[in-house]
Amino acid sequence: MRYDRPRFLDQGEAALVVEFGDVVDAELNASVLALDKAFLRERPQGVKETTPTYRSLLVHYEPLEVSRDALIDWINAVIAGSDRDEATQNDNDAPGSLRSARDDGAAWIIPCCYDPAIAEDIIEAASLLGLPPTSLAEEHAAAGYRAYMYGFAPGWCYLGGLPETLAITRRLAPRGPTPEGAVLIGGGLSLIATNPMPTGWYVIGRTPERLFSLRRDPPFLVAPGEALRFEPIGAMTFASLDARAAQGEIVARRETAA
Amino acid sequence: MRARLYIRAAGPGVTIQDAGRFGYSRYGVTRAGPMDEAAFAAATRAVGSAAAIEASLGGCTFEAEGATLAVAVAGGAFDIRLDDAKLPPGCFFPLAPGARLTIRAGASGAWCYAAIGARFDLPLALGSLSTHARSGLGPKPLAAGDALPLLDLAPAPHGPCAIEEPWLAPDAAPIRVMLGPQDDYFPPESLEAFLSCEWRVGARSDRMAYALEGPRLAHSRGHDIVSDGAVMGAIQVPGSGAPFVLMADRQPTGGYPKIATVIGADLGRFAQLRTGETVRFRKVDREEAVAARVALKSKMAAGASLTPLAAEMSTEKLLAANLISGVVSGRD
Repeated sequence: MRYDRPRFLDQGEAALVVEFGDVVDAELNASVLALDKAFLRERPQGVKETTPTYRSLLVHYEPLEVSRDALIDWINAVIAGSDRDEATQNDNDAPGSLRSARDDGAAWIIPCCYDPAIAEDIIEAASLLGLPPTSLAEEHAAAGYRAYMYGFAPGWCYLGGLPETLAITRRLAPRGPTPEGAVLIGGGLSLIATNPMPTGWYVIGRTPERLFSLRRDPPFLVAPGEALRFEPIGAMTFASLDARAAQGEIVARRETAA
Repeated sequence: MRARLYIRAAGPGVTIQDAGRFGYSRYGVTRAGPMDEAAFAAATRAVGSAAAIEASLGGCTFEAEGATLAVAVAGGAFDIRLDDAKLPPGCFFPLAPGARLTIRAGASGAWCYAAIGARFDLPLALGSLSTHARSGLGPKPLAAGDALPLLDLAPAPHGPCAIEEPWLAPDAAPIRVMLGPQDDYFPPESLEAFLSCEWRVGARSDRMAYALEGPRLAHSRGHDIVSDGAVMGAIQVPGSGAPFVLMADRQPTGGYPKIATVIGADLGRFAQLRTGETVRFRKVDREEAVAARVALKSKMAAGASLTPLAAEMSTEKLLAANLISGVVSGRD
């Protein structure tokens, strides 16, 4: 459910949760990111960091530098202002890699190999979904996604937009570490992972792209709120793009929808 | 010869920490930073450094190479020795080449900070030197044989001093919490049990989270929430009903309801609890939490007092001077 007005919840005396609703929803997430963008742009006194998630923004602040009331007034003014006029806000964000979503209508095209030799769980997931593995891959690659949020580990990017036919219950117990660059599905969402970690999601593909690399500036490729699509590639292409990405090259690209 | 800090021995979980990795939680990056911020501040301020070595109960042993280093130690009531001489748990002293600093678990406390009057000549990861072992950011946990290159050495003091930090005074009072943000996911009986029972710090406790052993806390609205951001001190209750308190190495977001949050002024005191020790929680409102924060910050702003210890360090002389009993109070 999306609330009529955001709820302000304390998480201790130095963090405020601005909750816009209690579901995973693109419009709700857009409200979270619009507020986050205002924080990145204006960096109000006393605010240390903001953490955007699916449905809320966590504002870490120093109550000795800014009062909770003043912070809420500022947030309410931003929300009222962005309802009135979204067009006047230009993309002049915080420096470095802490930028908000680009508003150019383009989508990231992420190369993804669905070959069962690389996509370790695709046969198992397809069988659970009652689909041939090739159909699972085609449906996953045909959909358009939105980066809702990062979580779990650096560069783990949670994506909305998974077709309902691919919604799959997560495993009861986590499987062993996922391979680097795993593309996963679980619980109605898709996910691009970076470093190997145990998870209850299903590995249905692998991308050679590094969503996080300290060898690159900025180290994070995709900002929350940006659009993505997957481009199927074969195992040979995967190997060559993987080698190039290992050298620091960006092998994904941005493309405006025709 | 270039100045370095040589690690002669290190137990598990000895890491370098600075204030933490800020600004990247939006990309899934953990803040890390010290478990006990007030103790970290006491050590780093004494030598003017931005980072410190955080030791746990496994302890560690250091030596200086190439220069005499200014070293400050603060934290729980650890057993601190400069060669054979016992120093108080909060201390500031010169570490000359050939001398050996040993930090071992003492009477109480789980974390101890050794700050060096210098800058570690190590690469920053995302603007921070803090080790987050799980994601591989920052330097690896320290191990015997490591030698940390140092730059910008601060002058070492002439002799050892005790650091007295009133804000690290022992306090067995309950740990204060603010309820929420998801206290509405629990029935009144669970909230009552949480606030009235004695909890034991479980064995599965580390820099990421402290497990709490006690009654199982039932949920009233299920145990899954749509993931949201989580701070250090947030107390999550998963489906098992066994709460855990998120600590410095927590993930930046979580999907379990948070029944309460430890207030900032009590986080360090909570962090210093050891596995098997017991703790109670007391509910406070935001005003009291902010007042406690103001009180702690103003005590810290007043600064530490340094008391010179005997010029020629020896256990006998220290004991004879009756200094130890006066300053060992750190966290016992």
